[in-house]
This record gives sequence, C-alpha cells and structure tokens, in this order.
Amino acid sequence: MIKVLKPGFYSTIQDFGRFDFQDFGVPYSGVMDKKAAALANALLGNNEDEAVLEMTMTGAILQFNNQTQIVISGADMSAKLNDDHIKLDKIVNVKPNDVLSFGKLNMGFRSYLAVLGGFKAETVMRSKSMYQNITKQFMLLKNDELAILESLPISETQYASIRFDNSYMNCNAIEVFKGPEFDSLTKKQQDDLFLKSFTISKDNNRMAYQLEEVLENNLKPIITSAVLPGTVQLTPSGKLIILMRDCQTTGGYPRVLQLKESALNILAQKFTGKTISFKLNSKY
Amino acid sequence: MAFKLTYKPFGERAILIEWPSKIDDAILIDIINFKQKIKKSNIKLLVELKSAYNSLLIIYDDFVNNFKAEKDIIEKIYSSVESLEKIETFLWRIPVCYDEQFGLDLNDISIEKKLSKEDIIKRHSQAIYTVYFIGFLPGFLYLGGLDKSLHIPRKETPRLHLEKGTVAIGGGQTGVYPNASPGGWNVIGNSPINFFDVSKEQPCFAKAGDRIQFYSIDLKEYQNIKILVDAKVYQIESEVIND
Repeated sequence: MIKVLKPGFYSTIQDFGRFDFQDFGVPYSGVMDKKAAALANALLGNNEDEAVLEMTMTGAILQFNNQTQIVISGADMSAKLNDDHIKLDKIVNVKPNDVLSFGKLNMGFRSYLAVLGGFKAETVMRSKSMYQNITKQFMLLKNDELAILESLPISETQYASIRFDNSYMNCNAIEVFKGPEFDSLTKKQQDDLFLKSFTISKDNNRMAYQLEEVLENNLKPIITSAVLPGTVQLTPSGKLIILMRDCQTTGGYPRVLQLKESALNILAQKFTGKTISFKLNSKY
Repeated sequence: MAFKLTYKPFGERAILIEWPSKIDDAILIDIINFKQKIKKSNIKLLVELKSAYNSLLIIYDDFVNNFKAEKDIIEKIYSSVESLEKIETFLWRIPVCYDEQFGLDLNDISIEKKLSKEDIIKRHSQAIYTVYFIGFLPGFLYLGGLDKSLHIPRKETPRLHLEKGTVAIGGGQTGVYPNASPGGWNVIGNSPINFFDVSKEQPCFAKAGDRIQFYSIDLKEYQNIKILVDAKVYQIESEVIND
C-alpha cells in the first residue's frame, strides 16, 4: 500500500483507457503520455498498459508501506526517495516507510510513477482510469491509500540499462493529418494553420488544450458528430481547441486537423505559454 | 433506402462515414442497419463503432495502412443485401418534475414565447422524441422532435452547475443531464431517473432508435420515485414499439 501524504497539483490513476463505451458517451481517458507510461511499465516487466500514477506539474508526496520496485518516467520533477535524488527511467528499490517526493519541474509537464505489478485501483468498465462520475474518485486526495502488490514476485530478470530518448518532450512540431472538415477551409486558413506558430493557453487540461492565436473563421458549425483525442476543433470565434484523452465523445465544431497519435504524447508534456507548430502528414 | 455516403480517414485508425448533412429519421434507421451489418461482418481489427446524427465512425485497433482497401470493404458491406434481425425498439416514459424549484427558466421562456407555463409543460411532454445517439457526456441522449414553438436560443452565459437530472431546452433540442455539469441550455425541470448507471454492462437504458416521452409529476411523486431509484428498484415504464 502507498499512503498519499500530499496529492500534488493534479494526480490520477490511469491505464491506457476505457474502450468500447464511446457509444454511451463515455470518454476514453487513459494516460496523457502513453510513451512515458509504457516505458515505466516495461522497465518493471509490467504490461505496458498497467495502471500508473499520472502527476501533473507538481508531484505527490507518497509513503510506501511495503517493499516494492518503482520507475518514474516522463516529466523531470526532481524526484527524491527520502533524501536521495533518483533518476528517471531507472528501477528503484523501495523499502517500507520510504518517502517519495518531487521538487522543481525541469522538463515536461506530466510524470508517471509505475510500481511493480501496477496499481490495484477500482476497475470500472474494464479500466482503472479515473474520470468523474465513472470512477468513485476522480483525482488523488490527501490520505488516500493506494493498493499495490504486497508481496514481490521473485524476479530473476536482469534489466539492461536503457538509454531512453526524452527529446520528444522538447519537440515543438506537432504532426497532424487533415481533419474531416479541413477541405472546407479557405486556402488562406489552411496556409495559416501550418505557417503560424501557436501558443498553449492557460485553458489546458486532460480534456483539451486551447490555443491563444485566433484563425479567421467563417465556417458554420457542423451537425454534432464524432470527435477523438487529438481532434483539432475550430470554434466560431476562431480559436483552436485540441482535444485530449478525457475529451467528450462528440462535438459540433468543425474538425480541421487530427493529431498523429504520437503527437499527443508530445503535447501532453507541454503547458501554458509553450509554442507549437503543426506539420502536415499527407499519408491519407 | 441507400444514401450516397462519403468516406474519410480520421487519424491513423478511424474511418468516418457521412450521410447527407441533415437530421432525419430515415438516416438514423440507415445508420442503425449499417452498424448491424458491420457487426455481423467480422471486419478484422474492428474495435468500436460510434454513431451520431448523420455519421458513423469506425475505429480500428491498429493503424489503417491502406485506406482505399478498407473503404472498399466497408462499401461492400453497406451495399450488401442481408436480412437483418429486427432490433426491438422501446418507448420509454420518463417522469419529469416541472415545479418552479427545478424549472429555473420556465418564467423567462413563458415571457419570451408568450406561452403559459402549463402550455410549455404540455408541449414538452406531449411530443414523442427519437433517440438519435448518446454522446457529449456519459448517458446524454441526443433527442429529436422538440415542438417548434419551444425552440429557443441557448443562454448567453452558461450556468456553471446544473443538477443531475436537469431537463433543459437549447436551440431545437431538448435533453436530460445525466450528471451534474455546466450547461448553457434553458432549464425547465428535473427527472429523478438515472440516465447512466456505471454498474451495468449496458449503462444506458435507451439506445439509438428508441423513443422517449416525458410526463409531468409533482414534487411529492418526484421524492417517491427518487427513493425507489436510489434503492435501485424503480422500473422505468416502457413499451415495445412495433412499426
């Protein structure tokens, strides 16, 4: 068991998400940066989609009740076990009463804590991902107790030391495909999408990232239709909204672009004030 | 009836199929039938289908590497003639309390539309609504069939908090908020019914193609039904529609 001494700014348990319930209006949810979460799990020998703790901007303070192994991946939040700094993407052995804490955010925005065997949280609709009105709890709170494997399997595997390329976190190019309404845009609007750079506004969270710069817009709303994580919507006021993992299942704004799935991982590590530019992938 | 459909890639693992751009019962029936054919066809790698008023999204569990080939497969399924099992559709009778405690905007609508509150309630509860799809939030039914005299623009400033069960109208639509949420529609009442139950494999009682009719209840009946709903013993009145 892990005791939450402080939850951090916004921490949730996430696996890869809740599939097959879109037709009931249920969002996918799931880790914002799949690449980081999958790596943390893989290093421990977990399935890549095992439930992890996703921490946003500031990390939690956690006390372990039993022995286990952990890996932290994603954003660099100056993790410490007791008084010792620990490295990202490395297996760390944890003893009972050890305290994991975080400090300054050095790189990225979302950090992942994976534990051996994964977090044993409530499963609703075949997923452990927290979401309001689906799971009983939708974010970590002080004094929560998080269940983990109490007894360690005997591990004989020696994991190679992996050098993981974290450079995607600093990448500003967001690869996209044309969205369903892209062709309704004027040539000028299309050009602007790829020539301008865009700033992430303060309205950014697990549901959506809104961008600051305004695009000239005279498109009519569409009849409500499907949207996906990574869909870029153009609002009547000309603002662009990039939908993220917790997004609603349908929407009425024109869908001008669709992010490449790997670009969602890049965006998940960005925050207010960072700039991005869209790069068209013309595979489709 | 066969419509002219368009097929578009939507990211790396989804294909969007679109019907003519309108809200229409014939399109709804065509989408429901197409969904049924796709489910029977065992397209490889299919994960899920998500429908809306005039669209169907096919989501695969792997990248679609050859859009053209995949599109051909789907088009063949659309044009195939199959005897489909008749899906039973239901008419659900949903109690709504239009008391002023819940109907926060009834007064304003009454003034704007020059209709008495009783008239608004009567027109709202007389209509039989078609469930087009479930979207936006878990368990939110998109309903068609609101009486034209009740069409009213969304509020200029959305409310930050609408209670669970809020019944509202906005534009040409009406709906029930399955859980507390912000919302910009005009609030006329509240239903004690659960529109979304996480403990069930089918979390919504209604499905696309079903019908909904509201009926007016007073505060006392509201409280009584609420108790039964909370105890999970309330049975929503329903009948099978044969058409």
